Amino acid sequence: MIIRISEEGQYQVPSSLFDELNVIDNRIVELVAGGKEEEYRAELSKLLSCIRSKGKKLDDTDIMESDVIVPPEDLTLKEARAIFAGDGLLEG
Amino acid sequence: MGLFNRMGIVVKSKMNKLVNKMEDPRETLDYSYEKQLEMLQNVKRGVAEVTTSKKRLQLQRSKLQQSIEKLDAQAKEAITAGREDLARLALERKSSLSTQVLSLDTQIAELEKEQEKLVAAEKRLSTKVEVFRTKKETIKAQYSAAEAQVKISESVSGISEEMADVGLAIDRAENKTEDMKARASALDELIESGTLEDFTSSGDDIDRELAKINAQSDVDNELARLKKEAGK
Repeated sequence: MIIRISEEGQYQVPSSLFDELNVIDNRIVELVAGGKEEEYRAELSKLLSCIRSKGKKLDDTDIMESDVIVPPEDLTLKEARAIFAGDGLLEG
Repeated sequence: MGLFNRMGIVVKSKMNKLVNKMEDPRETLDYSYEKQLEMLQNVKRGVAEVTTSKKRLQLQRSKLQQSIEKLDAQAKEAITAGREDLARLALERKSSLSTQVLSLDTQIAELEKEQEKLVAAEKRLSTKVEVFRTKKETIKAQYSAAEAQVKISESVSGISEEMADVGLAIDRAENKTEDMKARASALDELIESGTLEDFTSSGDDIDRELAKINAQSDVDNELARLKKEAGK
């Protein structure tokens, strides 16, 4: 499975990791909905470290489409909200 | 729907805007390559913009630093002349300027990070564009093969995703610089008119009051120190 961390690059990750990542993803959704900024940041950073440590970074010369795209590490709660609202990453 | 899927949708919708599919897949390759070169130009422009904003903030910072030094000297002079009221005024202004300097430092550091991110993105994309260029010629040369069609759509989607992602990074960096530009010109005006208030402070009324008390005690301490130094 190929995962792109936005603004960082792509990783080849074992498919078995998907469930684990999904659990974190669901938690992130709850935290964003609850407006819990600090916990949201912590979970997002946990998600990305998990991908980085268990995946293998693809070379810049590889041109492949990702199966999953995850947000950049510095995505603010406000930006995450905009994404959930379907407004895209940027408001306006 | 989780953040994964949402993020995927955001990038994909950007991709669709970047590359449209032509009737002849070979045209899609050429068109896509043109767009890639455009995107690389955009990244370069983005880097330049962030750099300019950063320089401007650094300039402001050094102006503020100069004012702080001047106020310091004025405070000392006022104490020597026995004008505690003037010294207090100078120190109060100095304290407010020091807050601004701290806030500028944070902003400069933020822009620094944006700059690094965009430079890395530029490097990544330009490597991919180069690979794509070679690949595109090979695919075109053996176009008669049915599998070329598949190869084309795979490599075009792959690189469009990279482009879309870089595009998002540029958009975000631009948003940030716009924000800082506005704050920087507000600060310019305030420096010009000499009425520096702590406009960057965030938080609620209580935060502001507490900050004021802190600043006040800093001023008191420094005033006491200056008086001691002057032997008064």
